Amino acid sequence: MGKDGYIQRKKSIRCRQFIFYLTLLAGFSSFNVLAEYGDVVLNRNAELNDMRPVVFPHWFHRIRFRCKVCHHELGFEMRAGSNDINMGDIIDGKFCGMCHNGETAWSVDNCDLCHSGKPGLKTGIHGSNETSGPGRW
Amino acid sequence: MMKATSFLTSLLFLLSLNTAQGAPGWKALTNDEVHDPTSPAIGILQEPATALALLPSDTSGNRVSWIRALRERYIQPRTNIYPETEIKVLDMDIIMELTGEMPLVRFPHKPHTEWLDCDNCHDKIFIEKVGANPVNMFAILAGEYCGRCHGAVAFPLTECNRCHSVDRATFTGQPGAQPEKKVSELIN
Ligand code: HEC
Ligand code: HEC
Ligand code: HEC
Ligand code: HEC
Ligand code: HEC
Ligand code: HEC
Repeated sequence: MGKDGYIQRKKSIRCRQFIFYLTLLAGFSSFNVLAEYGDVVLNRNAELNDMRPVVFPHWFHRIRFRCKVCHHELGFEMRAGSNDINMGDIIDGKFCGMCHNGETAWSVDNCDLCHSGKPGLKTGIHGSNETSGPGRW
Repeated sequence: MMKATSFLTSLLFLLSLNTAQGAPGWKALTNDEVHDPTSPAIGILQEPATALALLPSDTSGNRVSWIRALRERYIQPRTNIYPETEIKVLDMDIIMELTGEMPLVRFPHKPHTEWLDCDNCHDKIFIEKVGANPVNMFAILAGEYCGRCHGAVAFPLTECNRCHSVDRATFTGQPGAQPEKKVSELIN
């Protein structure tokens, strides 16, 4: 962005602020507390194949691993639903299977520990209550 | 318009206080509306309260201060799985000034790079140059820029003053990178 663009931005902020606060008020008054903060539901194909949706708890994993392990080393994209995760690949040691292989963590045999979600849930971040989660404004 | 925004700011402040206090405790897995209460995993999976109550507390998000938990070594999360992975931490703050009447934003690289790698943000979310990103509060609330993580996994956007932390009246330096050194001197 050039210098002019930056100055333009500086000027337009005043007016935007007002609309912004209004939006914010509207947003925060529709709280929707679900799950633990950061829980991700993965249900692109699970339920279609008669398995419960998968619940991935961020809080549990970040006690043990920094974000960079999954989102840099192992290559998970930071957008719920954007990784093409499927069971065959997990068994072959990709995605969750990079750790859930009986070495770093318990193996894929424990179907129910991952497939523990309530039927009918959609893929997406669920616990991030305070702002109804990103993308929902 | 100044008056109106000030009024709304205070209203908003009250509202966020209210939600912080009204926040319920950690929910049991059986009634968190995500886990199936009839799943055989209930009773095997760890309850959030069991693990999180032991960590330094906070008022929002997981109600854990993850920054303190890491710094004070309550938790020692792994930085890598493969031994050859390079671990980079950068100690450089960025002061962002396009905040209207709100205090300036201080973005600290250090606590971020202790958790994250450079390529989580550069250049996927932020171009690596001060002022090069049209960051604004609408986009953040829509889940872009800071809002990719804040509001999803890192502390939520209700905590205005954790980002808007620098008083405009008393800040005498220049916005942008603080201190202005070569990145190679600050990285380790
Ligand atoms: C054990 C692996 C793991 C760790 C550690 C981890 N994540 Fe994730 N993260 C995931 C997975 C899996 C998803 C869901 C991806 C999908 O749905 O395709 C995800 C999704 C996300 C998303 C997208 C949410 C949305 O709203 O779309 C964000 C943001 C995110 N993680 C941030 C973080 C941050 C910040 C940390 C560190 C505090 C972290 N993650 C640690 C595995 C991990
Ligand atoms: C480490 C966690 C984990 C374990 C353990 C696990 N799964 Fe999955 N499974 C997933 C994820 C993640 C998906 C992708 C979810 C989605 O978006 O539909 C998935 C998807 C599936 C699907 C949907 C179709 C497909 O091929 O992707 C089936 C069927 C399935 N799993 C069966 C099983 C069975 C049977 C077991 C036990 C032998 C099992 N899973 C164990 C995480 C797991
Ligand atoms: C970076 C490694 C890593 C990755 C990647 C990973 N996990 Fe895990 N996961 C672990 C470890 C370690 C544990 C704890 C194992 C233990 O206690 O023995 C765990 C435990 C779990 C648990 C049980 C939590 C509890 O309450 O006990 C679930 C559920 C789970 N993982 C789901 C997933 C799913 C779904 C994915 C993929 C989307 C995934 N994990 C990817 C390392 C990982
Ligand atoms: C959480 C996101 C995030 C991470 C992780 C991150 N940065 Fe940044 N970085 C930013 C933001 C935000 C800016 C300011 C951009 C702006 O002003 O528009 C920035 C700016 C920069 C700049 C520009 C400074 C200048 O004077 O123009 C450099 C260089 C940089 N980062 C290097 C790094 C390096 C090296 C790492 C890894 C060790 C890293 N960053 C990790 C968010 C991040
Ligand atoms: C995760 C950090 C973060 C949080 C939390 C946050 N902001 Fe911001 N805010 C920013 C950044 C970054 C900018 C853009 C600064 C820049 O580009 O110079 C911004 C800009 C703004 C602006 C300028 C107008 C605009 O549209 O960009 C206002 C007003 C604002 N924020 C108000 C708030 C209020 C009120 C809250 C609490 C409800 C809040 N912010 C919470 C980071 C944050
Ligand atoms: C890629 C994910 C990500 C992005 C993007 C991101 N953050 Fe963060 N931020 C985190 C994580 C993880 C923490 C650790 C605390 C937590 O999880 O609540 C954190 C913590 C912070 C802290 C607290 C630091 C401390 O020492 O207490 C501030 C302030 C902050 N972020 C501001 C920002 C601002 C401003 C932006 C946008 C310019 C931003 N963050 C973008 C992930 C992110």
